[in-house]
Amino acid sequence: MGKRIDVKDLNVFYSDFKAVEGVTMTVEPRSVTAFIGPSGCGKSTFLRTLNRMHEVTPGGRVEGKVMLDDEDLYAASVDPVAVRRTVGMVFQRPNPFPTMSIRDNVIAGLRLNGVKNKKVLDQKVEESLVGANLWNEVKDRLSKPGAGLSGGQQQRLCIARAIAVEPQVLLMDEPCSALDPISTLAIEDLVTQLKEQFTIVIVTHNMQQAARVSDRTAFFNLEATGKPGNLIEMDDTQQIFNNPSKKATEDYISGRFG
Amino acid sequence: MSIDTKEIAPAPTGDLGGLAQGRSGLRTLKNSIAGVVIWGAFLIALIPLGWILWTVLSRGLSPMLDATWWQKDQSGVGAPGFDHNVRGARHAIVGTLMIALGTSVIAIPIAVMTAIYLVEYGRGGAARAISFMVDILSGVPSIVAGLFIYAIWVTFFGWQLNGFGSSLALVLLMVPVVCRSTEEMLKLVPNELREASYALGVPKWKTIVKVVLPTSFSGIVTGSLLGFARVAGETAPLLILAQYSQFLNQNLFSGNIAALPTLINTNLPNMAGDPVSADRVWGAACTLILLVLVINLIGRLIGHFTKVKG
Repeated sequence: MGKRIDVKDLNVFYSDFKAVEGVTMTVEPRSVTAFIGPSGCGKSTFLRTLNRMHEVTPGGRVEGKVMLDDEDLYAASVDPVAVRRTVGMVFQRPNPFPTMSIRDNVIAGLRLNGVKNKKVLDQKVEESLVGANLWNEVKDRLSKPGAGLSGGQQQRLCIARAIAVEPQVLLMDEPCSALDPISTLAIEDLVTQLKEQFTIVIVTHNMQQAARVSDRTAFFNLEATGKPGNLIEMDDTQQIFNNPSKKATEDYISGRFG
Repeated sequence: MSIDTKEIAPAPTGDLGGLAQGRSGLRTLKNSIAGVVIWGAFLIALIPLGWILWTVLSRGLSPMLDATWWQKDQSGVGAPGFDHNVRGARHAIVGTLMIALGTSVIAIPIAVMTAIYLVEYGRGGAARAISFMVDILSGVPSIVAGLFIYAIWVTFFGWQLNGFGSSLALVLLMVPVVCRSTEEMLKLVPNELREASYALGVPKWKTIVKVVLPTSFSGIVTGSLLGFARVAGETAPLLILAQYSQFLNQNLFSGNIAALPTLINTNLPNMAGDPVSADRVWGAACTLILLVLVINLIGRLIGHFTKVKG
C-alpha cells in the first residue's frame, strides 16, 4: 500500500479566482510530506485537490494533472467518489458522525459502501482502532457515541475511520490545530507509525511539527493578498529547515514573516 | 433604537476613583424603563392567551371529559324520535385525524424532498425560483387553496366531494411549513460531516440519506408535527371540500366527512339558544387545543429522545 503522487502544472480555481498556480511536485510513497506556509497561501486548497474534495466547493475546479502512480485522478473516466476511497482525508476539526457509536464511526466508510459481513466489520473495527492507537482507550465502550470522546480521541477516531477504508494515501489538513499538546503528540506518533503503510501528506501551521514528523517539506507562499499561491520550494525536511535554497523559505521558517 | 456607547460604558476617567463612583444614574434609569416596557409587553401578550385558555377550558372541558364525547357521533340528531341532546364528537375527531393524516402522508415527503433539493442540490435560478414559490405558497389563504382544489376536483374532473379533496387542499398549506422548517434543520448540519462522509468515498445521495438526515431527524419530525397541528385546525378547505356529516365516516375517499372545526361551524348558529350546541362548540374547541397540545408533546418527546448530542 501507499502510492506515489505526481502533480504537474496544477492550477486551482474558485470560479474565476486562481487560488494556486503552477504546482509541480512529487510525493514519495510511504513517507510523510508536510505543507507549510502562511495563511491563505493555498496549501489546504491544494491538499484538497489531491482527493478531488476541492470540487465539492461550488465553483471549485483545477487545470493540470495529478497522477496517483500511473492513474490520472482528473481523467474524464475517473469517478471522484472512487478517488476519495483511495485517497482518504482527516480534517482540521475532529468530525465524528454524531448519530453513530464509536464502532459505527470506524466502519462508516465500509458500511456506507455496502460491506455487511459482521465478522469482517468487527475485525476491521479492532484493526483500525489499534492502527489509530485508540483501541485500549475505547475497547470497552465501542457502542457509546463517538462525540463523547475527548478532542484528541475524536481525532484519532477520525483517523481510524479514514484508514478503515484502506486508502493508499492519507491527507491531513492541520489535524492537530484544535488539539492540546499531549493529544498532538499522540497524533504525531501515530503519523510516524502510519507512514509505514500509507503515503501521508500533512498540512500544518506548526513548523516544529513539520520538522518532527515529515520526511519532505513543501513551502507555499503568495506574493500578495488576491494573488495565487505558489509552491516556493520542496526538499528533504532537514534541508528545508537547515539550509533552504530560497530566501522566502528562510524568512518564513526563521519567523521573519507569516 | 441607536445605542449610545458613551452611556453604556463610560470611559474610565483616568484614576480608579472614577470607576468607584457607583452606577451612572442615567443608565440605571434607562435600564429600568426598558425592563418595565419589556415585562409589560410580555404580560400584555399573555392576557389573550390566558383568556382564551380560560374560556375554552371552562366551557369545553366538561363535555369533552364525558365518555359519550369520544364514543358517539351525532346520528339521528334532528330526526324525529331520537335524542337530540347527544354531545358526541367521535365523527369529528376521527375525521380531523384522518384528514390531517392523509395530508401528512402526501405533504411530508414532498416537503422534505423539496427541502433536501434546496439545501443540498439547489444552485442558481431553479433553486431560487422554487424557494420563491414556497414563500408564495406559505402566504396562500386557506380558502384559496380550498377553491383551487374545488376547481380541479369538481369543475374540471366532475368528481364527488370527499375528505381526500380537503386533504389535498391542506397539502398546499402544509408543504411550505414543513419545507421551511426542514430546510432550517438541514442547514444546521455542519458541512464538516458531509465532507467527512465524502472523504470516505461515500456518494452524495448516500451521505444525505445516512449522515445528513439522521443528524437532523429530530428537527424534521418536530417540524412535521407542527405542520400536522397547523392543518388540523384549518377550516375553510373543509367547509368547501369535506363539508360536514353528522355520521361517523371512516372512508376518506367517499362522502362528506366531519371535522372538529366544521363541527364548531355547524353548531355555531344554534349556540345562543341551545346549551347542547354550545357544549358541542366549546367541547370541539377544547378538543382541538388538546390535540395540538398532545401533538406538540409527542414532537418534543421524539425530539428529546432522538436528539443528536455533541
